[in-house]
Order: sequence, then structure tokens, then C-alpha cells
Amino acid sequence: MTRRLKRNQRVDPVTIDNERRVGPGAGGSPPALQAAQALPRSGAPVSPGPSSGAFDAGGVLEVAAVRIAGGELRDDARAALVVWRRELIRFFRNRLRIVTSLAQPVLFLFVLGTGLASMVSKQGSVHGVALGAGIDFRTFMFPGVVGMTILFTAIFSAVSIVWDREFGFLREMLVAPVRRGAIIVGKCIGGATVATLQGLLMLALAGLVHVPYSPLLLLTLVGEMALAAFMLTAFGLMLAARITQVESFQVVMQFFVLPMFFLSGALFPLSNLPQWLAFLTKVDPLSYAVDPMRRAVLAHMAISAQTRRFLGGGMTWNGWRLPVGLELGLVAILGAVVLVIASRRFAKPD
Amino acid sequence: MPRAVADGPDGISDRVPPSIEVRDLRKSYGDIEAVRGVSFEVAVGETFGFLGPNGAGKSTTISMLCTLTEPSSGVARVSGHDVVRERLEVRRRIGLVFQDVTLDEYLTAEENLRFHADLYGVPKDIVAVRLHQVLEMVGLWDRRSGLVRTFSGGMKRRLEIARGLLHSPRVLFLDEPTVGLDPQTRAHIWEYIEQLRRREAVTIFLTTHYMDEAEHCDRIGIIDGGEIVAMGTPEALKAEVGLDRIELRAQDQDQVVGALRARFGLEPTVIEGAVTIRVANGAEFVPRLFGELGVPVLSVSVSRPTLDDVFMTFTGRTIRDAEASTSEVNATRPWMRAMRSR
Ligand SMILES: Nc1ncnc2c1ncn2[C@@H]1O[C@H](COP(=O)(O)OP(=O)(O)OP(=O)(O)O)[C@@H](O)[C@H]1O
Ligand SMILES: [Mg+2]
Repeated sequence: MTRRLKRNQRVDPVTIDNERRVGPGAGGSPPALQAAQALPRSGAPVSPGPSSGAFDAGGVLEVAAVRIAGGELRDDARAALVVWRRELIRFFRNRLRIVTSLAQPVLFLFVLGTGLASMVSKQGSVHGVALGAGIDFRTFMFPGVVGMTILFTAIFSAVSIVWDREFGFLREMLVAPVRRGAIIVGKCIGGATVATLQGLLMLALAGLVHVPYSPLLLLTLVGEMALAAFMLTAFGLMLAARITQVESFQVVMQFFVLPMFFLSGALFPLSNLPQWLAFLTKVDPLSYAVDPMRRAVLAHMAISAQTRRFLGGGMTWNGWRLPVGLELGLVAILGAVVLVIASRRFAKPD
Repeated sequence: MPRAVADGPDGISDRVPPSIEVRDLRKSYGDIEAVRGVSFEVAVGETFGFLGPNGAGKSTTISMLCTLTEPSSGVARVSGHDVVRERLEVRRRIGLVFQDVTLDEYLTAEENLRFHADLYGVPKDIVAVRLHQVLEMVGLWDRRSGLVRTFSGGMKRRLEIARGLLHSPRVLFLDEPTVGLDPQTRAHIWEYIEQLRRREAVTIFLTTHYMDEAEHCDRIGIIDGGEIVAMGTPEALKAEVGLDRIELRAQDQDQVVGALRARFGLEPTVIEGAVTIRVANGAEFVPRLFGELGVPVLSVSVSRPTLDDVFMTFTGRTIRDAEASTSEVNATRPWMRAMRSR
């Protein structure tokens, strides 16, 4: 192979010869290189081994591995898929995290839930509405706690992109020949899958709080969980795009995640709230994800129409009860919009 | 300042477009001018190195060439594609080893490579072969199922080099490939790089602040304060410095210094305990020195110019001094790093 080096240099151009360095005529061969040559070439395919076959053909490996055409949808889909797969590998590898993320919702459901339940049953009513009629307070709380599991897992997965950035892996992804949006979509769907899986573990406990294992109910809940997980991960990614330091995660928790959780009606019925609070619950996107799940659960319980209306009738706009389909549609649209914003933010180079 | 010319005088010699073409590239971060108008070209198959102290702008230049950072001004083309307007085209043709580790430590070595292969669309049927090749090359085939978290720094570095090669890039960027490694691992990594050049005909752009490593390059550019202060083959640069260095050690340094001044009209400097002088032809000067100096000397050593001397000549200080003077800047680097990857 001959190479020319005919560029304007400050000094005279010299023809490059690979052997210059290694041949005996090299004169001032640098010490590091001499050391390199003295070292045994362990594992290197210098000696013809079974692995080095493809290297030959004139000593040059064919440089055609990467399909040069591309930047198409197919490449983007593939990229999203790899990123998604990585999220799953990491999720299943970290069993401890799976268990510890279960601890908090379980505490809420069985400790807080049981405590509140005893208070509710002693008084026999909440806001003057009888609650004893065939429903455990923990049954009421259950969809909220599932929502909480989804919320925390989804946000945590999304914000892990800040760790990816801190530990450099984000750059490995961003320098790949695919649109950055594809990476973000992969990350979002990955986070949503992980959150849904974590939610499934919570769902398995349904029987303990008298929620029936009806296939139709479970299927409905899983679908609603997945949609909520998608919206929340997208939301987390949008926030993460603005975060450059791992420490800022606290800020996200305090100012976004916890308020979102408390205002969503996960822990208390949204009916009969004071106006300011009712307003805030309607601004909270999580409300629109928890409400369908609660309605699905309540629909499977033998309770009076009055109880059902009180416990599950909170999501109204100006007195109009939102249909489930609209709520889910809102969640999906919000998720998509937020995901586009997140992709845009990540797409910008420095 | 050397300036690249698009066409050679005969019109034929430049038919093959350069692998990397940079014209007056600049990057400012607020008040900080990280790169102040660099211009150079790297031919196909050439190994070109940026040699410079901390904060010289090496990583910033790489970052711009790899489309991760947008230049403030200037033009850069990699493999014939503009780094701003044709980002995907550029990315498809480059391999990159960043200055700091960018592996997923919770995945195994093989998983990291597979992730990369899939992301770059390496055809399914050659992934396995290629994976084996690159892992063998860096001696990690036996550890392919190990979690990267359990790897040593040198192993991680080698894995990153393997990853950078996995998709057979035309141009490989190596940002300080051997920083923080022990001499043996450094030597190994250079061995891989040499192999690469031979086997894959890949153009290599690397940065370093080790003088001895710059010697491996076909050509180097010395960069300081965001500017290229000299460029050429290591030999040519050293030849340009010209003067050999003679170091004398003596019981009474002052006496030697005085004698050199009086008898030879030289202006010696004392560097790290040795009286140092520069002369045109060291080997011929030594006999004269013995004959005429007339004061006792313990030892004499003659050395041809090194890249240290080159650096000294072009910047007026040694690379170590240059690094020391940027140490305050570097105190803020972890923060910068977080900022930079945005
Ligand atoms: N994102 C950023 N924001 C602000 N300043 C930056 C940023 N990135 C780099 N700089 C500054 O630009 C200058 C050049 O940095 P660069 O990282 O390119 O140096 P380098 O030559 O790679 O140094 P080193 O040998 O330490 O890696 C430094 O002064 C650095 O502080
Ligand atoms: Mg650097």
C-alpha cells in the first residue's frame, strides 16, 4: 500500500512507510515501541489462528461491515429496539432493585392502608358516606398504589439517562449513526416496559386486598398501566434532558414526582375536595391514569352505586364525568407530546 | 499557520480526497476559546496525532469532528462529509474511543459489543465473526462474559478500542487511548494500533500528551492553547529544532557554567540538576569539550532533539510546565464533563 502525504506542512513532507518504525533502520525507535515488540503478543491474531481467517485477503479486512445506506425508519426502529433491550437486561440483572422498589408500595398499601382502614371502619364513614358496604379501604387504595409503583419506576428509569450521561454511555449512544429521537424512543419504551413489569408484581398482590383475579380486569389494568408507564417515562425523559448532574434527581423527586403522586388521588377519593385542591388534582396528569384503573377495580366490586360514585367519581370537568376512553386518550396524547419534546431536547448538539 | 490547499499543483496528486479536512475550525464556550482556528488534513490511511497539554483543545476538536459538538465557525469534513450538515453520514464512517470510559458497566463485554453492533447495523451474519476478531485482538475473548464492572482500567480501555473497531470504521478517533495506564498496557495498546494500521487500512486520529507516543504517528500537530503551533512528521519536527542537547553533570555546576560561557561562548541552562547546552552537532562537539573545558565533569550525555525539545521550541515551555499552568482550569473539569456531554 502506498500512501501519499502531500499536504502543506510546516516541514518537508516525508513519504510514510510503515516499516520505518519497526525496521532496523528506524534509528531512534522510541522506547515504548521497543517494549511493545519485546512483549509476547498474547491473544493477538498475528499468529494465524482460527479467528484470523477473515483478516486476510491482502492483509486488509474488507471495510464494508456497515451498510452505508440508511438513516431510514428501519435503522431507527432497530436502534430503538437495542436501547429497549438494554433497559430490560439491566432491569432483570438488578434483582435487588426489583425487590426494594416493591417495598415502598407494599408499605403504603399494608401499613398506611391498614391504619387508615381501621380509622375509616371505626367511624363508619368518610365525609358522611358509608364505606362499610362491602369495601376495604385498601381495595380502594390498590389502584393508587399500583399507579405509584409505575410512577416511581418509570421516573427512575427515565432519569437513569442522567447516569448514562454521567458515566459516558449516553455519548456512545448519541454518536451512533441513527437519529437521536430513536434512542430516546427506545429509552422511553424500555422504561415503560420496566415500569409495567414492576407494576405487574404489585398487581400479583391484588388478592390480598380483595381485588378479584378476573382475567378481564387484569388485562384492562395491564393495558392502563402500560399507557401510564409510557406517559410517565416520557415525562421523566423530558425532565432528564434538562438535568446535567445526578444530584438534581432530588429536585425532580421533590418538585415533580411527589406532588404528582399526592395530587393524583392515589390515596384519597377526589370527590368533595375543596376547590383549590380539586383544581390541582385535575392539572396532575397522573390523575388521568389512576382514575381509569380505579374505575376498573370498583366495577368488579359489589358495592352500592352511591359508594362507587363517591370513591370513583372524582374526575370531572365542570361537573361532567370524564369517560375512561377520553382519560386514556389524554394520557396517550400527553405522553406522545412530551416524548417529542424530550427527543428535540436530546437531539441538539452542544 | 499551515493551510490546507484543495488541489495540488499537478491536479492529480489530490484525486483521493483526504480522510479528514479541517479549515479554520473554532469553538468557544462563553469566554473560553477552546479551539482557535485549527486547519489540517489527514490522508487516507494515515495516523495523525494531536500532541498537547491539558486543556489544549484536543478533545474539543475530536468532539467537533465526531459531530457531538457544533463548531462555532469553520469547516470540517470527515470521509468527505461535512460534520455539521451531514452528521449521520459522518457518524456512519467513524469509530470513536472517548477520553473517559463510555461502557455500560452493568453489561458484559459481549453485551456491550452487541449493543454497538446492533446500533450501527452491522449485518447479523458477520457480527459473530467480527466480535470474535476484535475481542481476540485485544485479548479479551476469554473474558467476554464478564461484567465490565469487574474489569481493570486497561481491560476497559482495550474493550473500548475493540468496540470502536467493531463496525469497521474508515476513520478511528482515539482520545488519549493510553492515559492512566501502566507502561506495559500502554505498549500493548500501541501494538494493537499498529496492527490496525496494517490490517484495516484505517485512518487514525489520536490525541496524546505523551511525547513518546507521538512518535508512533505518521504526522503530528502540536496544539497549545487551542492553536496548532507546529505540524509535520516527528522526524521533520525534530530536525527543525536542529540543535542537539548535551547534559553535563558535575560536582561544581557553577564552575562548569562559567567555563562554558568563557571558553565556548555558550549560554547554558540548569535543568533538573544538569547543565544543559544546545549545539548543532553534539557528537563532534564532545571531543572539543573535553579538550578545552578544563574543569572536572562527572558525566556527559548527548541526545538528539526530542519532541520535548520541539514542544519547547514552539511554545517556549516544556509540556510539564504547560500542564501545571492549566491545573486550576482542570479543577473544574468533572463539572465541565457533565456539561459537555449535553
Ligand atoms: N463544555 C464545556 N464548557 C466550557 N468549557 C469547556 C467545555 N469543554 C471544554 N471546555 C474548555 O475548553 C478547553 C479545551 O478543553 P479540551 O477538553 O478540549 O482539552 P484537552 O486538550 O482535551 O485536554 P486534556 O488533555 O485535559 O483532555 C479547556 O479550557 C476546557 O476547560
Ligand atoms: Mg481531552
